[in-house]
Amino acid sequence: MAKPAEKLAQPRRGIGWKGKTLKQMRREITELSKKTGHYAGLTSLPLKESDPIRFEKIFSKLRGGIVHARETAKKVAASPIVEQEGELCFSLYTPEGDSIVTSTGIIIHVGTMGAAIKFMIENDYEENPGIEDGDIFCNNDNSVGNVHTCDVHTIVPIFWDGELVGWAGGVTHVIDTGAVAPGSMAIGPVQRYEDGYQVTCRKIGKNDQLLKDWILESQRSIRTTKYWVLDEKTRIAGCHMIRDLVHDVIREEGIEVYKQFIREIIEDGRRGFVNQVRSMLIPGKYRGVSFCDVPMKNNNVPAYAKVDTIMHSPSEITVHKDGRLEIDFEGTNRWGWHSFNATPVSITSGIWVMLSQTLVPNDRINDGAYYASTFGIPRGSWLNPDDIRTAHSETWHSLVTAWTPLWRGLSRCYFSRGYLEEVNAGNAHTTNWLQGGGINQYGEIHAVNSFEAAAHGVGASAVKDGISHAAALWNPEGDMGDMEIWELVEPLIFLGRQILPSSGGAGKYRGGNAWQSLRMVWGAKDWTMFFSGNGYMCADCGLMGGYPAASGYRFCAHDTDLKERIDKRLPIPTGGDPDPDHFAYTSLFNAKEVHRDKLCVTTEELFKDYDLYLNTLRGGPGFGDPLDRDPKKVEEDLNEGYILPRFAESVYGAVFHQQEDGKYVVDLEKTAERRKQMKEERLARGVPTKQWMEQERQHILEKKASLQVRHMYASSFAISKKFTEQFKSFWNFPEDWMLYEDELEMPVYGAHWAWYKEGKRVNIKGHTEVLGYGELRPSS
Amino acid sequence: MATYDRKTIEDLIDGKLEFYKIKEMLSSHKDPERFEIYLQILQDRVPWDDPILLPAGLHLYIVQKPNGDRIVKCDCGYEFCDYRDNWKLHALIFVRDTVEKLNEIYPKLMAPDPEWQVIREYYCPGCGTQLEVEAVTPWYPVIKDFEPDIDTFYRDWLQKPLPETKQAAK
Repeated sequence: MAKPAEKLAQPRRGIGWKGKTLKQMRREITELSKKTGHYAGLTSLPLKESDPIRFEKIFSKLRGGIVHARETAKKVAASPIVEQEGELCFSLYTPEGDSIVTSTGIIIHVGTMGAAIKFMIENDYEENPGIEDGDIFCNNDNSVGNVHTCDVHTIVPIFWDGELVGWAGGVTHVIDTGAVAPGSMAIGPVQRYEDGYQVTCRKIGKNDQLLKDWILESQRSIRTTKYWVLDEKTRIAGCHMIRDLVHDVIREEGIEVYKQFIREIIEDGRRGFVNQVRSMLIPGKYRGVSFCDVPMKNNNVPAYAKVDTIMHSPSEITVHKDGRLEIDFEGTNRWGWHSFNATPVSITSGIWVMLSQTLVPNDRINDGAYYASTFGIPRGSWLNPDDIRTAHSETWHSLVTAWTPLWRGLSRCYFSRGYLEEVNAGNAHTTNWLQGGGINQYGEIHAVNSFEAAAHGVGASAVKDGISHAAALWNPEGDMGDMEIWELVEPLIFLGRQILPSSGGAGKYRGGNAWQSLRMVWGAKDWTMFFSGNGYMCADCGLMGGYPAASGYRFCAHDTDLKERIDKRLPIPTGGDPDPDHFAYTSLFNAKEVHRDKLCVTTEELFKDYDLYLNTLRGGPGFGDPLDRDPKKVEEDLNEGYILPRFAESVYGAVFHQQEDGKYVVDLEKTAERRKQMKEERLARGVPTKQWMEQERQHILEKKASLQVRHMYASSFAISKKFTEQFKSFWNFPEDWMLYEDELEMPVYGAHWAWYKEGKRVNIKGHTEVLGYGELRPSS
Repeated sequence: MATYDRKTIEDLIDGKLEFYKIKEMLSSHKDPERFEIYLQILQDRVPWDDPILLPAGLHLYIVQKPNGDRIVKCDCGYEFCDYRDNWKLHALIFVRDTVEKLNEIYPKLMAPDPEWQVIREYYCPGCGTQLEVEAVTPWYPVIKDFEPDIDTFYRDWLQKPLPETKQAAK
C-alpha cells in the first residue's frame, strides 16, 4: 500500500543534535572548519577561556578514564600480542567521528576507527541498519581506512536522552584473521580476497549483546578462536567503560558543557599543534626518500605477482609560514600484487603515532592536529591504490619504511634550532615478523605472530646512541615479551636470544642494535612458517654522516639432527649468529635443507619438530661521521658485543688490542692518527659529485640497472608526471627520454592508469576515500 | 618553561649530559632562548668570522658573507655554494656499489645488495669529513635535503633581526 504523501514529505528526524542526521552534522563540521580554518568554526574557546580549571578537569577525567579502560580491558585478553605487548587502543569520538581523547597504545587507530565511523555516516547507517543505544559495530576492512585486517575495531555509539553524543572505539591486533596463510600479517595475499576475513562496518550486536550469527560466523572464519573471542570481549569491555565514563561526565557537567567541550578540545589540539610547529621547527622544505624490497619472484604466488620490485617512498615536508604542516608523497610508485599496500588513513594516522613521540609528545592527541595538516598522497600509488583488489596484510613492511625519512626531515629542524635532544636519525625497519601456524603443542588449530618485533634498535640522536633492542615506532609502549610466555603459546622453544653486533647504523652516535632469537620447533604438526622483513635493502639513510642500519637476513634449517644430538648430549646451537660472515652454528648441527640468504620475504614453508628458525630483528640508523665517535665508546661497544672488531677498524678507525682477559683496549693516540689517515683516503677516493653525475647519467640513458630498479622508476613515472619531470630535469635528459612499465620484461597485469595514456581506475565507492578527514591534496 | 645556561647547552652539544638530564629536557616545554645560546656557542667555536645564520648539519652552517651572500660552509672553512643550491653537488662523493665496498661497513648478509641499493657518501673537499650518507637505488637524483626559509624564521617566528656581518656592523 502506498504511503500517504504527507508522510513521505516529512523529513526524517535524525539521531544527531537537534534532530539533525549524522550526515548533516558531518558536512556542517567539515564546511565550517574549512571555511574558518578553525575546528567547527571556533575562533575562540569560551569554555576554556572562562573556566580553564574546569576545562582541564574534564579533559583529565576523560583521558584518565580512557587510559584506565585500556589497562583494565587488556587483562581480559589471552593473546600475548594484546596482554603482553599492549597492541590495543581506545578512543572517544564526536558524533561526526572526530577523535576527542585517546588512550595509550597503538594510537594509529585513532584515525582508522574515525574513518570507519565516517564511512558509516556517509553510507546512511542511521537509516539502515540503524544506529541505536546498545548497538555494537565491527570493522576491519582496510579499504574503509583500516591498516590491515588483523586490526579489528569494535565501535559503540553513545547516546544521551535519545541523542547521539559520540562513539567509543577499541581496537586489538588479533593473532589470525583467516588469511591464505596463518598469522596476522600473512605473506602471500596478493589480492584483498586473500587478506582474510573482511568485516565492513557491520552491526554485530544489539542491546549490548553480540548476535548469534556473528558469533558463529566470525569464530568459524579465523584460526585462533579463543584468542578472537577474548580479544572481542576486551574491546567491548573497554568501549562500555568509556560509555559509562561519558555518561558520568555528562551527569556531572551537563550535556551542553560536554557538547561545547568536545568541540573546544579538538580546536585546542589544532592550536597546540600549530604552536609546537612554530616552537620547534623552521619554515621551509625538507626532503627524504626510502625504499623497501619486494622479492616475490621466487615465492609461491600467482604468475602475475612473481616479480622482484621495490617500493619507492619519497617525501617532502613543508613547514608553512603560518605553522601548518604539509607532507607530500609525490613520486611514490604504483601499488602492486603483494601484501604491502597501504591506505591514506594508515599512512596519515601512522604519522601521528610518530609525531606523538617527537613533535607533540603530550596527551592532547586528537583530530585537531589533522585540521592543521595537509597530505599529498598520490592516487594509484601503493599509499592510495586506485584498485579495490589490493592486498594489505603486511602493510607495515612499507609503512615503517615510508616514515623514516620524516624523522630525518624534522630532525634537521631540531638540529638547526639547537634542540639536539629531539634529533632522531630515523626508525628501524620493524621486522622480522616470525609467523605461521598449523596444529600447536596442545593439538589445537593455531597461528602465531611473534611480537618480539615490538623491540628494535632506536635511531641515534645528536647527543647519544639510539637505545638497543628497545622499541618499535608503531607502539611507543612496546616490549619484546617474556620468552616463557611466548613458549606457552607457540610450539617454538627458545634456544637463545642475543644482541646482533654491527646491526645499528654506525655514526658519531650509533643506532641502537638489533638482536636475534633462535627458535626450535617442538610439539607442532602440519606446521608452516614464513619470514617478513627487509633483506636486499636498508630502509633508511642515516643522518648527517651516519650510516643506515644494517638490513636483515634469513636463516632456517629443515630436517636437522638435533634430536639425535640432544639424546647424545652433544652441543647444539644456542644464542644468536653474531657474525653472519662466520656462521656460528656450523659445527653444531646437520640439516638436509638450510636457507641462509637475503630473501627475507617468504611464503609458507613446511616446518617440523627440531627444525630451526632464527628471528633476526633490526637496528636503528646512525647520526654523524663515525670518525667523530669518542674512541672510548668504540671500546665499550667492543667489550659489550655491540660491534664486530673488524668494523671497529674499518668504520671507526679504532686501533686496539685484546688483553689476555679478553677485554679490548683502544689506543687513543694511534686511533687519532689512523682517523687522520682515513680522512686523507676519503679525499683521495672521493670524486666531485658533478663529475660522478656525468658517468651515472650515461648509465641511465642506456637504462643500465637491475630489472627491479627499472621497474620501480617506471612505475613512479607512470603515475607521477611531476616526478618524471623532476627526474629528467635533474639528469638533464632530452624531452623524449622515458622508461615505460610495458617495455620491461615483467608482467604489467593491473597497471592500467598512467598520465601519458588512456586507462581506467578499478574502484568502488568508498574505497580508500578519506571522508572529511583533514585535507587530502589531490595528486598531480 | 624550562631554561638552561650556556654550560648545559655546551654539554648537550658535546654529548656530555647524563641521560636523566636529557630525559628532563625531552619532557619539558622547549626553552625559546635555546637558539640564541646555541648559535653563540657554535659561533665561538668555528675558526672563522662569518656570522652563522643557521646550522645546516653536523659541521655545516649557512653563513652570511660580507657582501650579503648566504652560503653553506663547513667548520673547516670550506665554502660549498649559495644556500639555495644543493651543497652535495659541490662535495666529493664515494659510492659503495659493490659487495666488497659494502662489506667494509656491514657483515655480508647484513649489507644492502648493490643490484638493489647503493650507499653514497658525501665528503667535505676541505677536511674529508663525511657529511651525509644516502642509501638509494642506482640512478637516484642527489637529494636536496633542506631548504629553510631563513627570512620568515627570523622575522616572523623568532621576531629577531638577522645577524649582521662584522663589516656591516661597522
